[in-house]
Amino acid sequence: MHIEVDGHGVYCYTNSRAIDASKPSIVFIHGSGMDHTVWTLASRHFARHGNNVVSVDLPGHGRSDGPPLTSIEAMAAWVIAVIDTLTIDQVALVGHSLGSLVALECAATQPHRIRAIALVGTTSPMPVSDAILDAAEADDHAAFDMLTQWGFSKRHQFGGNRNSGIWMIGNTLRLYERSKPGVLFHDMRACNEYTAGVAQAAKVRCPTLLILGAEDRLTPVRGTRALQEAIPAPDVKVLPGAGHTIMVEAPNAMLDALHSVL
Amino acid sequence: MAAPDYPGLDTLALHAGSQPDPATGARATPIYQSASFCFPDSDYAASLFNIERAGHVYSRLSNPTNAVLEERIAALEGGVGAIATASGQAALHLAIVTLMGAGSHIVASAALYGGSHNLLSYTLPRFGIDTTFVDPRDPQAFANAIQDNTRLVFGETLGNPSLDVLNIPAIAEVAHQAGLPLMVDSTTTTPYLIKPFELGADIIQHSATKFLSGHGIVIGGLLVDSGQFDWDTSGKFPTLSEPYKGFHNLVFTEEFGPAALIQRARKEGLRDFGACMSPTSAFHILQGIETLSVRMSRHVENTRAITAFLLEQDEVTRVGYPELDGHPDQALAAELLPKGCGAVFSFDLKGGREAGIAFVDALSVFSHLANIGDAKSLVIHPASTTHHRMDADALAAGGIGEGTIRLSIGLEDPKDLIADLKQGLRAARKAAGNS
Repeated sequence: MHIEVDGHGVYCYTNSRAIDASKPSIVFIHGSGMDHTVWTLASRHFARHGNNVVSVDLPGHGRSDGPPLTSIEAMAAWVIAVIDTLTIDQVALVGHSLGSLVALECAATQPHRIRAIALVGTTSPMPVSDAILDAAEADDHAAFDMLTQWGFSKRHQFGGNRNSGIWMIGNTLRLYERSKPGVLFHDMRACNEYTAGVAQAAKVRCPTLLILGAEDRLTPVRGTRALQEAIPAPDVKVLPGAGHTIMVEAPNAMLDALHSVL
Repeated sequence: MAAPDYPGLDTLALHAGSQPDPATGARATPIYQSASFCFPDSDYAASLFNIERAGHVYSRLSNPTNAVLEERIAALEGGVGAIATASGQAALHLAIVTLMGAGSHIVASAALYGGSHNLLSYTLPRFGIDTTFVDPRDPQAFANAIQDNTRLVFGETLGNPSLDVLNIPAIAEVAHQAGLPLMVDSTTTTPYLIKPFELGADIIQHSATKFLSGHGIVIGGLLVDSGQFDWDTSGKFPTLSEPYKGFHNLVFTEEFGPAALIQRARKEGLRDFGACMSPTSAFHILQGIETLSVRMSRHVENTRAITAFLLEQDEVTRVGYPELDGHPDQALAAELLPKGCGAVFSFDLKGGREAGIAFVDALSVFSHLANIGDAKSLVIHPASTTHHRMDADALAAGGIGEGTIRLSIGLEDPKDLIADLKQGLRAARKAAGNS
């Protein structure tokens, strides 16, 4: 589905369905440099289970136009503008990595609009190494390489995809390569500069699920303690064997976990 | 902080796609010789059918053993995904029928494996898909042959039978300028000798029967998708960029991004045409790939020894190997295939058809059969076997002489291969003298 927000074209994957006001709605938000396709399995699943699914391409990503947004706060405001445009009152948000920070910010600032959040591969603060930032700013392929390799658990460096025939490393790398110049840098910098996460987490009142990869090297489980302590009564699922790219590394376990809040 | 290195080819050849078996801990990839797989409950079943979960339904569509092979070849080639098929021919067919339908057109190198040539020349036209064959050494000929309805450019990394080296970068540029993908058959080169995706190709086809499995014990094919071609921007591939009624109006580029082609090929072509690979075949091919680098380097080393020997023989008038002086693609081979030009080549004997027959019949280490890419050395005399219906003029048009011999060099001690060839040359000389 193509809509317009702030004068720019926006693509939302909806499983080829119109928004039905009688159904609950779920918005999926991808991570840095990615697009809506990372949520294909999950969005298809929850669409069949009676939900409106809206898997967005953030501005400048995938099929959406416009310049990339430069802060988590701006992205959160944009997500709210998207659901306004779709005339949806209340949504559950599922976000991965950068997307999880956007979901958190939305839940903190627009509590009446957000009925639940699922933060996948998350932590806050989410510092990004200078090596990645520098490479991303230079549009150096090394940024894609670092994020791809560190984005998977050590065991998944060799694949082992349960989704037949897809080389998980190659497909992720190709998604980064498809991102427009500068987009990854803006995303990574937004993650790096978003320091309000723990404070915002304390404001969250909706059911909150954290899905973490036990072998995540970009947002390690041990780094999520402050976030877990700030959120009132979070449901935390740690998926064994998974790294940061949880949608690919543990698609079925993630799907099962999501049912606890969706 | 430097980016960590990706695992190297040798490591991927042993590990890519596999994890210790979750059920038993088996380190070798088990053969999941099962037609179908149980669903824990009805919703789980529905989610598998609707592409919501990862898993297996029925082995025509996917299988755990095949999945390891598919991921491994995709990793070795640097693609996004792959499909294992019943044969190399099935992989070629699967690619074509996924990309196009009746009324479409292919531009292909004229120097193709006979089976591929038959498919494109005689069989596909019955289904409305025509092919124009062009000189593989002339990128402009590919450009000139492209029509409004062309949907694919196709060639072999090393053409048959003269080992024309496909100028992948140049021909990929021609294809891409026309909004078309380039597919290459890399059967004789394997990812050990060339990485076509790094040179601009978009799709790779393998007969895994040959060097990938490496022991002449299995028939199988592999189709690999680079994920680099932009089907939406091209606008020529509605099977990928428009709703598919056969799967609830799924738009493959929309839902699978870079993996659109390989997903459509599985969800439609493998499902409907059904040319899947047996899990046992996948297991054998995986075993072969584990030693790919070791074998290929020895294949090439032996081939260089044999070509050097043949060049010195009075009975031999030509040795066609791209690394040798006189081959028209010597410079291009040095650029694109620095590790070698494979282990299949042909040479010409004095004395024509009779000498060729005598040569083959006198060999004992080389096996006389119609295959290539075995650990054992193989020989065939095209004029009396694969091309026996052709007269001298027809053979010449295909780059084959009446005394042409094709060898597939194996892994034996090269001194034993040379001794065997000496026996053959002696017989050929005698036959030539009698003719």
